[in-house]
Amino acid sequence: MNELASLVAATLSAGTPLAIAGLGLLINERAGILNLGAEGMMLIAAFAGFAVAFHSGSDWVGFAAGAGAGALVAACFGWLVIWLNTNQYATGLAVSLFGGGFSAFVGVDYVGKKLTERPHHSIPALRDLPFLGIALFRHHPLVYLTIAGALAIAWFLYRTRAGLVLRAIGEAPESAHALGYPVRRIRLLAVVAGGALCGLAGAYFSVVYAPLWVEGMIAGRGWIALALTVFATWRPARVLLGAYLFGGVTMLQLHLQGMGVDIANQLMSMLPYLATIVVLVLISRNPAWIRLNMPASLGKPFFPSL
Amino acid sequence: MTSRSMTRHLALAALLGAATLVACTKQEESKKPEAPATAAPAPKPEPLKVAFVYVGPVGDAGWTFAHDLGRKYVEAKFGDKIKTTFVEKVPEGPDAERVIRDLVAQGNKVIFATSFGFGDAMEKVAKDFPDVYFEHATGYKMAPNLRVYEGRFYEDAYLAGIIAGEMTKTNIIGFVGSFPIPEVLRNINAFTLGAQSVNPKVKTKVVWVSSWFDPPKETEAAQSLINQGADVLLQNTDSTAVLQAAEKNGKYAFGWDSDMSAFAPKAHLGSCRLNWGLYYAKAIGDVLNKTWKSEATKWGVKEGLPEFVSIATFVPDSTKKKVEDAREGMKTGTVAVFKGPLVDNTGKEVLAKGAVADDKWNGAINFYVKGVDGKVPSGK
Repeated sequence: MNELASLVAATLSAGTPLAIAGLGLLINERAGILNLGAEGMMLIAAFAGFAVAFHSGSDWVGFAAGAGAGALVAACFGWLVIWLNTNQYATGLAVSLFGGGFSAFVGVDYVGKKLTERPHHSIPALRDLPFLGIALFRHHPLVYLTIAGALAIAWFLYRTRAGLVLRAIGEAPESAHALGYPVRRIRLLAVVAGGALCGLAGAYFSVVYAPLWVEGMIAGRGWIALALTVFATWRPARVLLGAYLFGGVTMLQLHLQGMGVDIANQLMSMLPYLATIVVLVLISRNPAWIRLNMPASLGKPFFPSL
Repeated sequence: MTSRSMTRHLALAALLGAATLVACTKQEESKKPEAPATAAPAPKPEPLKVAFVYVGPVGDAGWTFAHDLGRKYVEAKFGDKIKTTFVEKVPEGPDAERVIRDLVAQGNKVIFATSFGFGDAMEKVAKDFPDVYFEHATGYKMAPNLRVYEGRFYEDAYLAGIIAGEMTKTNIIGFVGSFPIPEVLRNINAFTLGAQSVNPKVKTKVVWVSSWFDPPKETEAAQSLINQGADVLLQNTDSTAVLQAAEKNGKYAFGWDSDMSAFAPKAHLGSCRLNWGLYYAKAIGDVLNKTWKSEATKWGVKEGLPEFVSIATFVPDSTKKKVEDAREGMKTGTVAVFKGPLVDNTGKEVLAKGAVADDKWNGAINFYVKGVDGKVPSGK
């Protein structure tokens, strides 16, 4: 029973950074900007978060630095694609490559450094409940904040005027422009917010999850977050679900290996990807649903008529 | 947008691009070329130029770091008789051949390639430059000017196993594996046999991560082993993530490739360090003394290439003594890691009573010994 509880706990912990990054990307994709630079932003933020947490001794200052670094890189990206109208795909890929090289370059001196004693987190009143205590109530606060954040983003997108404007800009920037909304500025804000969340996810990896800095440590999770937003048809709750699913199957396949289950480990390694794709494709198998949810101007440049 | 602001934007973009290029171009030379001397120097023999090709970044720990310590060791030992260069993060593939050719073109007379996947590239380049000496770590392809060297890492794994067998409370020990190749399977089996030599009840659980280097995944694998009751872990991957995961969970683990004691003071039981410098000194000495010949070198605890170091102070003295005895036994030849009778975990005999494994047997390991859970992933 405790094994199962630990498995649930590990699932939440593994899914959290993917969910944070996925939600961030969802915001900027809802505004019509596709940022393929997630991996690069997360790497730079993982480095920045680690370095700042190392010097300040505070995880939360590290998270802030990671989010700030992600936002800064995203702002550069946003300025390039929104004002200079560079190709979003090419620019995003460039940010990814740049992020990998740059973080390795500036991070050399931090490889092998060690953060202070890692604290254990738990909710005092609930931590000793049987099963649930281990499974749900001994997590880092970010795990709970992520769930709250997903709800908040869903509420923002579908229940507030600002969310409506954001979505309108993703669907029909020309119309939003004609109505007098500052399309480019709002898009930039969305991109910066997305970058900040990707940055937070990157810092979570280097400060809480691993916790260490070494170049390339994100190891493709930025791309998984990007794929999650698509398979989740740009719905926040589904991004959350997809992230936990991915984390859960990842942990499950490692668990099965440890139990000595006789399945090729190469096949096991594929399982998280397969399972996540299959489940999310199944929920959104209705093509009308995808068309309805996909921001119509995603990835397309916008030229305001002056 | 006015044309002026457009120009400003473009200039900024160009700047950003330039910064990217600078950041991405990163090849390091260990010693800057010396400034041309003003006065004519006294005639001095040209230093022997030695180059190292690394698969990963040097960093502060792990496989490539251990090789780079070896490079620094020979640099200190031979002084101005040699001049060393290294290229890090060389991918195992067509790029490696280009890098090696480049190093030869720069006048390097000895090339050390420190990863298995450089074998094909080394073989091709060696054919074209018969007067250059090529040395390939953990490889098997040889030529008149290409030879191979490796360490018997599993002897360290066996010593780690002794400590693991004594320190485990659950009698479950865990191993985070990279790929199911003989080298790694040897380590898993040696770790298990070491533990069983002091505690016959020990079982080993293995999780494969299909990567030499993926810290988040190594963390997840370690966590999953811990969740299943393993309380002492060893890994055959290159980061310190497993050790740090053990620290976080209040369990034990070992350092691999280099001394990792600083990363997890409470979890670290000892480190399986690789002293490549000893071999590099021999190889360079061979070239300088003109005694170099093509052969395969396999050095174990006896020669000091793998060395089990930094045993934690809280490990009981009786355990340390057992490690010391086994180490001495390996040096004098009375302790062999793989000796009969040995059965695999399906009960099949793999070494008859009285037989001791030779290198051919070692190279063909494709099974778990008794006491390891599960089945070796075949991928076939």
